[in-house]
Amino acid sequence: MQPEPITQVSSRAFIVAEENVDTDQIIPARFLTATERGSLADACFRDWRFAKDDQPNGHPLNAVDTAERAILLAGHNFGCGSSREHAPWALRDFGVRAVVTSGAGDIFKSNAAKNGLVVAEIGREAHGALMEAVAADPDTEITVDVEGLTVSAAGVRASFDLEPFARTCLVQGVDPLGFILGRTEAIAAYEAARP
Amino acid sequence: MAPRPSEPKTLFDKVWEAHLALPETGENPGLLYVDLHLVHEVTSPQAFAELAARGLTVRRPDRTFATMDHSTPTTPRPFGARPVYSSPATKKQVETLEENCRRHGIELFGWDSPDRGIVHVIGPELGLTRPGMTIVCGDSHTSTHGAFGALAFGIGTTEVGHVLATQCVLQRRPKTMRVNVEGRLPVGVTAKDLALAIIAEVGAGGAAGHAVEYAGPAIAALSMEERMTVCNMSIEMGARAGMIAPDETTFAFLRGRDRAPKGAAFEAEVARWRTLKTDPGAAFDAEVTINASRLSPMITWGASPDMAAPIDQPTPAVTGPDADKALRYMGFKPGETLLGETVHTVFIGSCTNSRLSDLRQAAAVMAGRHVGPGVRMIVVPGSERIKKAAEAEGLDAVFRTAGAEWREPGCSMCIAMNGDMGRPGELVVSTSNRNFAGRQGPGVRTVLASPATAAASAVAGAIADPRRLMEMCGAA
Repeated sequence: MQPEPITQVSSRAFIVAEENVDTDQIIPARFLTATERGSLADACFRDWRFAKDDQPNGHPLNAVDTAERAILLAGHNFGCGSSREHAPWALRDFGVRAVVTSGAGDIFKSNAAKNGLVVAEIGREAHGALMEAVAADPDTEITVDVEGLTVSAAGVRASFDLEPFARTCLVQGVDPLGFILGRTEAIAAYEAARP
Repeated sequence: MAPRPSEPKTLFDKVWEAHLALPETGENPGLLYVDLHLVHEVTSPQAFAELAARGLTVRRPDRTFATMDHSTPTTPRPFGARPVYSSPATKKQVETLEENCRRHGIELFGWDSPDRGIVHVIGPELGLTRPGMTIVCGDSHTSTHGAFGALAFGIGTTEVGHVLATQCVLQRRPKTMRVNVEGRLPVGVTAKDLALAIIAEVGAGGAAGHAVEYAGPAIAALSMEERMTVCNMSIEMGARAGMIAPDETTFAFLRGRDRAPKGAAFEAEVARWRTLKTDPGAAFDAEVTINASRLSPMITWGASPDMAAPIDQPTPAVTGPDADKALRYMGFKPGETLLGETVHTVFIGSCTNSRLSDLRQAAAVMAGRHVGPGVRMIVVPGSERIKKAAEAEGLDAVFRTAGAEWREPGCSMCIAMNGDMGRPGELVVSTSNRNFAGRQGPGVRTVLASPATAAASAVAGAIADPRRLMEMCGAA
């Protein structure tokens, strides 16, 4: 219940350059039938990574070792579409610890913050420069500083906004449900004041 | 910044401000009270498990309603009979919901209920959805309920747990956008075509971070069912919510609904609901204007709902890498006209287009006709009530006679997790809301369209302009 504090993510990155990568791509609906939290690593980008016979294909994502590359450098509007929280679950299970993009889907972003997945939205220009830097040298080390709200790599430095409470939850390991439960009196007062 | 009390307010502001149990601060989001929490089998099990792990109960079971729709089979069966599930996992998911609802005293519209159906269809149908409410559900198409002037949005499973336990959700005030729709939809052009035109104009992420209000004469002229279709697809341009100010059309729809207040209580509510509109001079963070009079039936040509164009227009001749990839996936060429493209399967249904007026629209095109050779067509009503009403007026017979399958209510091929799906490579014309690659089954190519266009394409066995058939049958 008390999440692990995350102050920064430093790692190499892998690229998913497409814009508007929806949560159906991140995890197809047929993997949403679970009633428990289990490993969704193999379901992550399933239809990109696996052939019809359920064997891994030649997709570059199958060559990504997230122990070495825990940062996903993604195209604009990443995580649009469905509200499925299975999307950040799957990315986390796949080994992704931070997503750096020029813009992410609203619900995806909100879900990610609750699952220890850092989503850093940086400006289009810096995003383009970072894409180029990683494409030129895949071993480029990137640091996503959640406390300082910066993304930095050789020659690129950009700031990002994170909703302040989401940041506090990540950095201090605050449990949002515990936070709301601590305000039960205000909820009861609101209920009492309504017709 | 929220406007000061003396300033003109938007519809969104009025609903938002009335539901803050605690205001937002620099450090913390606002604590938004939820009037109506809708629950289904796919996004709730882990939330109930979290409650169990913490020893928590459901704060307001009286404000919580559940249905099963996403992973439920739609194969024909007698009413009340338990279905044959597509897999042990889907069966377990539904049974887990049944057990969770029993344990927490939540009303479930289950297999024995004549009110069961797609979550965003039954809320309004039963009168649970009403103006000025805050409504959440673990589903991104919750924006549908905004058609009633409610603030309705999708949440993740963790937040489903928050709402179950506290009836509240932590939210920052979104920005606001108004989509002004001038003119009036031409005959043969539907609310679905309008929704696709708006999304094509704004872009898949163009409304991200915004609560959208649809306004203008073309919106005011829409029926409630049409307004639901428009609000339903707000998320496809990234919007947090879509809203339409309630008016006489709204009140007439709700009057007499089972779960709506009755008599004097209802009239008192109407008086309050009349205040739920944007004040003259209220400012929006963004404004978009569309002229409905110039619209044609719309279809999608790519793998994102914003990749949409008038049905008689060619696919884009000049494209970028994403459009190129989408066209390759779809098997279409740049600058190609899609009219006449061979269609394998037609799906009429989903929270976007499974209501009685949608079924009537499709049936009007299909009456006296038959689906093209080799075309599979499935028609899935949005709820048990809609199914019954459609059968009472003989729509099922029209579809069956035309060679289509008439199914039990559910989400079906929209999300394709209940066993209903297309085959790899098939071209599916679908009245649902998402044409994402693989959404309707691995390798399936989805073309989004209105029920009229879907029906016309079923008859032709190829993508077809419904206005041609509507003229022939005198509907236009």
